[in-house]
Parts: sequence; structure tokens; C-alpha cells
Amino acid sequence: MADKDVIIDFLKSKSAAKSKFYFKDFTDLFPDKGPREVKKLLTQLVNEEVLEFWSSGSTTMYGLKGAGKQSHAEGED
Amino acid sequence: MAKHATPLLDQLESGPWPSFVSDIKQEAANRAANPKGLDYQIPVDCPEDLLGVLELSYEEKETHWKHGGIVGVFGYGGGVIGRYCDQPEKFPGVAHFHTVRVAQPAAKYYHSKFLRDLCDIWDLRGSGLTNMHGSTGDIVLLGTQTPQLEEIFHELTHKMNVDLGGSGSNLRTPEACLGQSRCEYACYNTQDMCYQLTMDYQDELHRPAFPYKFKFKFDGCPNGCVCAMARSDFAVVGTWKDDIKIDQDAVKAYVGGEFKPNAGAHSGRDWGKFDIQKEVVDLCPSKCMSWDGSKLSIKTADCVRCMHCINTMPRALHIGDERGASILVGAKAPVVDGAQMGSLLVPFISCEAPYDDVKEVIEKIWDWWMEEGKNRERVGETMKRLSFQKLLEVTDTEAAAYHVKEPRSNPYIFFKEEEVPGGWDRDLAAYRSRHQR
Repeated sequence: MADKDVIIDFLKSKSAAKSKFYFKDFTDLFPDKGPREVKKLLTQLVNEEVLEFWSSGSTTMYGLKGAGKQSHAEGED
Repeated sequence: MAKHATPLLDQLESGPWPSFVSDIKQEAANRAANPKGLDYQIPVDCPEDLLGVLELSYEEKETHWKHGGIVGVFGYGGGVIGRYCDQPEKFPGVAHFHTVRVAQPAAKYYHSKFLRDLCDIWDLRGSGLTNMHGSTGDIVLLGTQTPQLEEIFHELTHKMNVDLGGSGSNLRTPEACLGQSRCEYACYNTQDMCYQLTMDYQDELHRPAFPYKFKFKFDGCPNGCVCAMARSDFAVVGTWKDDIKIDQDAVKAYVGGEFKPNAGAHSGRDWGKFDIQKEVVDLCPSKCMSWDGSKLSIKTADCVRCMHCINTMPRALHIGDERGASILVGAKAPVVDGAQMGSLLVPFISCEAPYDDVKEVIEKIWDWWMEEGKNRERVGETMKRLSFQKLLEVTDTEAAAYHVKEPRSNPYIFFKEEEVPGGWDRDLAAYRSRHQR
């Protein structure tokens, strides 16, 4: 399976419980890859608009684009 | 007439200090008058609603802000922080009130045009309220809405040639003291190192992959004007190796009252005649100085670079000539483990561009922390959890006396195989030839 699909499948498999994940959750998917390689994959997926960042201001998480609470849920439309 | 009555906030204006409440009221009045005829892109009364929601929080002693969200600019994982008010009907002007962080220029030297342009963008597309500067040192633009973010980002990067700062689990906007531009104590070019490392680590600034935040700060000398030692995960603090330079005639001039100590900084009241023994020699933390009435001596080997003598008599004493920096790791404010000061890792490193030796240390720390750090764990906490010894190992630093904080309490030493000549393997036959059963 392509590396990007591993990430997407992981996110979809967890979608019932969680919509946002720490960077470390993704490095655990690729025990043979260093964090920098995993970061490149995630960056590509963000640039392809498959994933999106979520930030509290102090911590950043990744999630599938459109999953979980979105800005329109805050009345921002 | 103000939109909301704010009796509690009004009290804050009565104190002796300049008040942020007055500032917000001033901006509210300015936006209402709209002297420039701007087509405000977010609600005109957002400063008034900001005062209203704060007054409510003061009454109820509870915050009405939620934070966090998907707001951001495309491709960047930091720089914008989503802020939402949980009383949007009462305070529609601040229902969405996101923060934008902008990288400050090195040592905060501004051209007035830059500040005007920045304010023009923010008057039009934001609340007009800024925080110059945030705790990390960056420009903080307070309060805008999601549709404005890409517009603001485009104007900042294309028209003003400035980038967003750091937020979230990534490298935060690096910060330097003004260094050699104005200060004779600066032991290296802090602004240049800050700029170079900011440029080299763009990816770490904008695309988060750390367990938590990571801050660099660059102080030119141990006076620490940007508090690198206390406030950054990776502190570079200027120092020198050789002797403090002493001009004995100038020392005598201080003693004789010709020069004012501390460059006259404490001249607001009469502290009496300058007493070099009491005010300098006796205050030396490592007692490395002596004054015999005509000559000041310093034992360099004992000097801890506290800067007190140099600060008191700047015309007589000067930093040495063999200059560089010390690297300290792991300072942080209290969240998980309590506040921590940085621990000395590298006592002296030369600070020549392109700073490859500094970058080498940084990258080794990152590799280790990204691998071993838990979510939301600062490097100082990882260091404490896995031991300073481990940090020495991953940065290929040989342990030395200056790394020791206290005598060890564990009497056992466990050697690693590579530390023992010949490893764990033994020739049993040869052993038995020397030792009978």
C-alpha cells in the first residue's frame, strides 16, 4: 500500500472516535521511517488538500479535511 | 455612549499605569469615527464588544473565549490562532476573533513605514488592535475573521516582505537581542544568527512536526536581554574565554568618583560614595576579584561571567577578545513539570556564519526529541524524564564537570558494551588458563 494511503486509511479507520491526531500518531504508523520523512508525507497531503491542520495555538494536530468541528460550526459562514 | 457599560474595566484606568482599557476605548472611538473612510472588513464595533466580553468575564470570573480551530493560511500549520467567543449573540463583533502572529524584524528595528503599512492592513482587515509584542517577541495582531486570513497573508508576504510567525507544535518565531548593533557587550552577531536560523528552518516554523513548541533565543552576553536562558528551549548566550579586559586607570577614576557607576543609572537618589569593595568585589558570586587599593585583579578561571562588574564599571572593564557563545537547553515556563532554567550543554561554541556547528547541535536535539518526546512535552521535560546524560549521548557531547548539577545519589555505574575494552565477549579457554575452577 502506498504510504499516503496508509495515513488516509488510518484516519478513516479512527473516524468514528476521533477526527484530530498528533504528529506522533503518524510516526507510529511508519516505524522504519524517520520523523522528517513522515512530515514530508503529511505536508504533501496537506498541500493536496486531503489533510488539514488543527491548532489550539499551543499544539497542532492533523485531521482529514472536513472531518470534525469546522469553522462553520462556530457560525463562521 | 459606550455600547456596553464597563464599570469594572473603568477602574483599571484609574491606576498610575497606562491602561489597555483606555487603548481599546480609543480604538473603538476611532473606528466609530472612521476618519479615513475605510470599508471595514470585520465588524466596526469589535473593540467595544471586546470590552463587553471582558467586563462579563470580570463579573462572572469565567472566560468566554474558546480557542483552537482549523483557521490558518494554506500550507501553514502555524501563525494563526483561532479564537471564538462563547457568547456570540451578546458580542457579535468578537464572535470570531482570530489572532495572527507576524515575525518581528531582527532586534525589533522598525521603519515607520513598515508600522504604518502594518496598521493600514490591520485597520482594514482586523480589529485595529495589536499587541506589540507577544511573549515570544513577535508582532501579535488581535482579532480578525477567517475570510480575511488569506488576504492578510498575501499582503504581508507580497507587499511588506514579512512572514507569519510561529504557533502550535513547531519552531516559534526566533528572537535576538539587539546585539552588536548597539551594545558593546555583545559577543557575537545575534541578529545575524537569528536571521540565518530563521531562514534555514522555515519548514520547522511553518509545518509542525514537533511534540510541542520549541523556542530559540539569542542573547549577545549573559545580561540576557531576551532572557534566552530562562525562556527558550535552545538558548545561545554570548560569552568569552580569555580575561576580562581591565583599564586600571579607569577603575581608579570610578573609585575616585570621576565616573559614575552603572553609567549613572542609579543617580536618582544619593547612594553615597562609590565603594568598589562593597559594590563590586564583595558581590562577585564566585569571589574571583580583589582590589588592593590601587589595582583590580580578576582570576579568570573562577569567573562565572555574571556581568556585574562590567555593568557597574563599563568604562573600566570589558568583555574578553576570544568571543563565542554557550548553549543551554531546556528552559520553559510551568505547565507539566514546573518552570525550568536552561541547562548548560555546550560551554563554548564559535559563532561564525553560516553557524553550522550550532545547527549541528540543534538538529541532533530535534532528532532525539521528535523520536522520544511525548505529545505536548517540551524538550526540557524530555531531558528530565530521560536524563541529561541521554541528552549528552545524543548530541555526542562528552560529559564534563560543568554538566553536573549535584552529586549522584545512585552508587551503581552501568557500563555499556562499547565503553568496555573488548566488549562483553571473553575467550573462556584463555580465562580458564589463568583461573582454575
